[in-house]
Amino acid sequence: MLLRTLFEHIEDWFDVVFGAKWNPFYQLGALGWFYYWIVVISGFYLYIFFDTGVTQAYQSLEYLTHEQWYAGGIMRSLHRYASDALVVMMIVHLLREFAMDRFRSPRWFAWFTGVPMLWLVFAAGISGYWMVWDQLAQYIAITTAEFLDAVPLFGEAIARNFLTDAKLSGRFFTLMVFVHIALPLFLLFVMWIHIQRHATPKVNPPKELAIATLSMLLILSFIKPALSQAPADLSIVPTTVNLDWFYMPIYPIMNNVSGLTVLIALIVATLLLMMVPWMPPGKRVPVAVVHLDNCNGCSRCAADCPFSAIDMAPRSDGSAYKLEAVVDANHCVSCGICVGSCPTATPFRTKSELSPGIELPEDKIKELREKTVAASSKLTGDDRVIVYGCQNSLDPSKMADAKVGVVTMPCIGMLPPSFIDFVLSKKLAEGVFLTGCRQGDCGYRLGIKWTDARLAGQRDPRIRKRVNQDRIGKYWAGMTRRKEFFKELTAFRLRLNKLDSAQLEDQNKTNNSSEKDNAQV
Amino acid sequence: MLKFSRLIGQLVSFILFGLMLGSFSNSPRYTYHDPEMALIMVSFSHSSERKEECRRFSPEELADLAANMRRPMDCKRERVPVYIEVMLDGENLLSKSYNPTGLAKDGSASIYERILVEPGQHQLIVKLRDSGRVEGFDYKSDTVINIEPKELFVIDFRKELGGFYFL
Repeated sequence: MLLRTLFEHIEDWFDVVFGAKWNPFYQLGALGWFYYWIVVISGFYLYIFFDTGVTQAYQSLEYLTHEQWYAGGIMRSLHRYASDALVVMMIVHLLREFAMDRFRSPRWFAWFTGVPMLWLVFAAGISGYWMVWDQLAQYIAITTAEFLDAVPLFGEAIARNFLTDAKLSGRFFTLMVFVHIALPLFLLFVMWIHIQRHATPKVNPPKELAIATLSMLLILSFIKPALSQAPADLSIVPTTVNLDWFYMPIYPIMNNVSGLTVLIALIVATLLLMMVPWMPPGKRVPVAVVHLDNCNGCSRCAADCPFSAIDMAPRSDGSAYKLEAVVDANHCVSCGICVGSCPTATPFRTKSELSPGIELPEDKIKELREKTVAASSKLTGDDRVIVYGCQNSLDPSKMADAKVGVVTMPCIGMLPPSFIDFVLSKKLAEGVFLTGCRQGDCGYRLGIKWTDARLAGQRDPRIRKRVNQDRIGKYWAGMTRRKEFFKELTAFRLRLNKLDSAQLEDQNKTNNSSEKDNAQV
Repeated sequence: MLKFSRLIGQLVSFILFGLMLGSFSNSPRYTYHDPEMALIMVSFSHSSERKEECRRFSPEELADLAANMRRPMDCKRERVPVYIEVMLDGENLLSKSYNPTGLAKDGSASIYERILVEPGQHQLIVKLRDSGRVEGFDYKSDTVINIEPKELFVIDFRKELGGFYFL
C-alpha cells in the first residue's frame, strides 16, 4: 500500500505535466516495446557494418563511431541508450505492477511470463557489450566466464579462452553475434506470450510520447555518443572500467563473491520473484456467470472484456440465438466490465426478475439496483447525488451523507449506463457522479475507457439520449486525490443547483406566460 | 501559461531521464584490478595418473570376459588429484589440490587461480604432483620473471611440452 501511494503521488505530478494520456507511468509496457523496436532497428544497421574478426570487431565499431558518426555513430548510441531505457522501463513496470497488486489470481500469467524476460534482456545486453571487444568487453568476458566456471557442468574452465589473444578466434565473435540476435528474438517471443491474456494490449505508446522519447534519445546520442573503451588486450588486466550500471550492477558482486553463491542467489531470487503471485495467493472471487435465459449472444461482453476471458461459442441450449458467452474461469478477474456491457443488465426491468445475461455472483446487478434505491432513500434535499465508485480506488463510502449516497462495485466499468438513466428518471437523485481509478490507469485496464465511451455514446450499451448529460459528473480520483474529488463533487452539486434554479425559472416563466395568455383570453 | 508550464515540466522530465541514461550507462567507473599490481594466473587443465596402476589380465580372467570385452589391461578409471605449489621469492602463494572432474573422477583437473603480485623482478618456482607419490613433485619449474604493473603472467602446463610453460 505504501509503495502504491508513493507511485500514485509521483504519477499525480506526471499527470499534471503530461496529462493522463501521455503520462509515461501509464505507458511503461508500451514504452518498453517501443525501446525494444528502436534497439532492433538500430541493431540491424550496426550488424551490416559489424566485422566478426578478433581485431576487426573493435575496428568496425570505431569506424561506425568516428568515420560514420552521423549514421552509424548515432545508431550505436541509440542502440545503447534505448537498451538502457528498456531496462529502466522493465524494472519500473515490474515494481509498479507489484505496487498496484496487479499480479495475483488470474493475473499471475503476465507476471510469471514477465520475470524470465529480465534474464533475456540482461543476457542480450551483456552479449552486446561483449561484441565491442574493448576493455569493458574483456572485463565482462573474464568475469562472465569465471562466473560460468562456477557451475559444475563444464569440464575445462571457459575463462581459459581469455588468457591470451592467441587463444581467441573470430569464431568467438560469430558465436556472439548469433547469441546477440537469438536472445532478442526469443525475448520478442516471450513478450508476445506476456501479453496474450490481454485484450487490446498496449504495445505502442501514444504517438506524441513516442516522438518525444525518441527525440530525447537522439539528442542524447548527439551530445554524448556511445564510445568504446581502449581495445581489449589479453596480456594486460583491465583495471578500471566504465560499467553500464543498467546492465552490470551485479558484476562487481561477481568479482567479490563466489560464482556459485551468486548463481544460487540469482536462481533463488528468480524463482521467488516468479512465485510472488502465490505468496500469498490472491483471494479468488467467484467469476462471471452467464445466464443463458437472458443471453442473446450479442458479443458485447466478449468485446469489452479486458482479459480475453469471454469467448463466444455456438449455442448450447437450443435457443434461436446463434451464439452464447462462455467465461474462462482461469482468465476472469471478476471485474464486472462484462456486466456493464450487457444490454440486458437494465434496472428498469420489473416484470421479470432482474437477471442479466452475464453477472458476478457476488455483485449481482439486482443487488446493485437495491443498493442504489437504498442509498437514495436515505437522501434528503433537492441536490441529492448518487456516487458510483470502484472498490479499487479511494473508498467513496466514507463520503456518504444526507446529500450523497454511495454505491460501489469492483470496477466502474461494471455500471451499465441504464443505471444513470434509472436514477435520474425515477428521481432517485438529482445527479449521478462517477469515480474510480485514475484516467489512463484503470485497475482493470479498460473500465474507465469503456465507461467514458458508453457515456459519450460511442460504445454499446450507449446511454439514452433522454438523459441530461449535465446531471452526470465524473472524476477519476485513484487513491490519492481525495481533496480534488470533494472539490469536483462540490462543484458538480453547485452546477446541479444552478441547473435546478434555471429549470425552475424557465418553468415559472412558462407558467406566467400561460397565466397571461389565460387572462388575455 | 499552464500549457507553457506543462511544456517546461515535460522538458525537465525528459532531460532528467536523458541525464540518468547518459550518466549511468558508463559511469561511475569501477576499479576491477589495482593498477599498481600485476596478476599471475595459474590456469590449465591436466589429467593426472590413475589412482591404481593398470594390471595385466590373467589368461583365466580373459577367458571369463565376453569376447568383445577382452583387453590386455585392467585399468581403474579414478585419477589422483593434481597438487600444485607456487612460490614467489620464497613465499608460498598457492598450495592446493584439484580433484579430477567427472562422476567417476576420471576427467582432467581444471586449475584456474588468480594471484595478485607486486610488479618487478621475482624468483618464481612452480611445482606439480600428478601421481600417487606422497612426497616430492613430478614437475618443477624455477625461473626469474620481470612483471610490469597491470601485466598478466600466465602459468600454463602441458605434459606433452615437458611441463610448465609461461605466457
